[in-house]
Amino acid sequence: MSAQDKRKQYRSMFKQNVEKRLVVDKIVRIIIFACVIIAIVPLGSILVEVFRNGISAISIEFLTEIPGSAGSGEGGIGPAIQGTLIIIGLSSLIGVPIGVMSGIFLAEFSTNRLVKPIRFFTDVFMEFPSIVLGIFAFFVIVLIIDDFSVWAGAFALSLIMFPIVTRTTEEALKMVPMTYREAGMALGLKKWVVTFRVVLAAAKSGLITGILLSVSRISGETAPLIMTILGSNQFFSGMDAPMDALPLRIWRLSLLPYDSAQLHGWGSALVLIMIILAINLGVRYAFMKKGFSTNMLGRLIKQRSSDQK
Amino acid sequence: MVKRAVESVPKRKPIADKIFKMCATLAGVFVLVIIALMVFELLMESYPVWEEDGLSFITKTDWNSVEGRESYGALPYILGTLTTAAIAMAIGVPLSLGIAMFISDAPAKLANPLGFIVELLAAVPSVIYGLWGLYVFRTYFRDWIEKPLHDTFGDSIWLFSGTPFGLDILTASVVLAIMIIPTVSAVAREVMKAVPQQQKEAAYMLGATKWEMFKLAVFPYSKTGLIGASILGLGRAVGETMAVTMLIGNATGLKAIPSSFFKPSQTMSSIIANEFNEASVASLHLPALIAVALVLLLIAICINIVAHMLVTRMLKVKEGAINN
Repeated sequence: MSAQDKRKQYRSMFKQNVEKRLVVDKIVRIIIFACVIIAIVPLGSILVEVFRNGISAISIEFLTEIPGSAGSGEGGIGPAIQGTLIIIGLSSLIGVPIGVMSGIFLAEFSTNRLVKPIRFFTDVFMEFPSIVLGIFAFFVIVLIIDDFSVWAGAFALSLIMFPIVTRTTEEALKMVPMTYREAGMALGLKKWVVTFRVVLAAAKSGLITGILLSVSRISGETAPLIMTILGSNQFFSGMDAPMDALPLRIWRLSLLPYDSAQLHGWGSALVLIMIILAINLGVRYAFMKKGFSTNMLGRLIKQRSSDQK
Repeated sequence: MVKRAVESVPKRKPIADKIFKMCATLAGVFVLVIIALMVFELLMESYPVWEEDGLSFITKTDWNSVEGRESYGALPYILGTLTTAAIAMAIGVPLSLGIAMFISDAPAKLANPLGFIVELLAAVPSVIYGLWGLYVFRTYFRDWIEKPLHDTFGDSIWLFSGTPFGLDILTASVVLAIMIIPTVSAVAREVMKAVPQQQKEAAYMLGATKWEMFKLAVFPYSKTGLIGASILGLGRAVGETMAVTMLIGNATGLKAIPSSFFKPSQTMSSIIANEFNEASVASLHLPALIAVALVLLLIAICINIVAHMLVTRMLKVKEGAINN
């Protein structure tokens, strides 16, 4: 076989090889593009449907009045909006201090031998089924004071909230350069002054981002509220009485067979999504530092892997 | 003289700092206390059930709350949870990985808005997914997918038997899959982004096509993170309550055992959400629900601990391989 023939043979082999690989590449590209389309269609449809159907339900009356009798199509979701705001406030009151202190413990006392197990179990606790937290709050508070109570709901939601705050606080504090702490110490400041006045102040935007993200997470929680604040048709009437909240109202409406209930359900969903969207967009534009994404889990996994290295 | 000055400095830490440290430690230990208390409390409250049935509670299939004939078993709900989560994973994870690959490789003009939408959708509450599934998705899914499947395979394959009604295992699982897509793909995207650019360039330089680049450079590097992302999705699917409750049809007892895609069933979390407020504290009904919650909690804890352990261990192995 002459050299030329050989070259020809090699060339055809090369062509075959490349062609096959290019075909495989093209097939994979098509599959991946199909994945995106298949997933984006339902996800986009959720947003579109909520806005399209919800917008026709919204009116001043709908936003401020108590619900009318079932199926009448009258009334509104005033108590639910009020309840959601109250419960967000109360659970932040409980969850944020615990979360921030615990985050300080993980970041500033990192030589403590409790740090590793606590970080591990905070990560695990973050993924606990929320309904189990509701049952826990039911036994710890509702059964003891013998009535459905706003405190029980706030307690259950604060349990969902504080691990998120803990881990974002820890991460934000770790981003503060060591020299800040050393500078504070060199001035003879006590450690708690350094931590609160210097380190926390420097990590403020990360901290607020974490808190707001945890708020947006709990504002849509439904399951733990079923057994703690129960739901009600009236405005807030005391800490030891049932209360309404938007997610609960959506769920109760979805159980009713009337068209008007469906319309109100869409309306409530729109209000709830608007609250959550506002929080998320607010975080994104007001506090987001470069590289600090709203994607909590992704950051944690990345952090975990960099910790290991 | 110098020595004296040193001695006059108090050796002990200031009291304020001690209090500060104590507060921080207490807040840190809080999570451990809560977890322990939670398991203990659930165990105590469900004790009557374990006393009555022992471990057979997990394998029994009946669910009867009529007074005098009370009998409870958790098997159908455990199976329901595992089945829906498995189907959701089978559908959701490949799609999420596809999205993550697309976003991590697309030009910024396309990737940024797409990534933003995915992150926003991770924040949409599950009750809204449920509402959408109930009013919108269910009818389309029933008419366009379930009915054709049933007509073609209904007589020959038992998986597709039963009349498609829309409120069944398949609908709930598919909505569950849609719900875990934002979570899993957001994490997977983050993990793929962390792959060093040099690795990708090296693969391209060897003449790799785009797919081969992913195979050679991205997947080996981000394997652990991708597994972690999928398992986090699994944890979410297992614990998810509201959307499933609204879509799964809520059968109880023997009827809830998942034997076909088109049968109503029940998961552990959905039976708690459905029956908790009706159950009376005095009867066995409430302890039975608590026992279901305990099983759910233990399964969720196991999944999460395994996930975190796995990621940690594999990272260590990988690090060792690089160092050698």
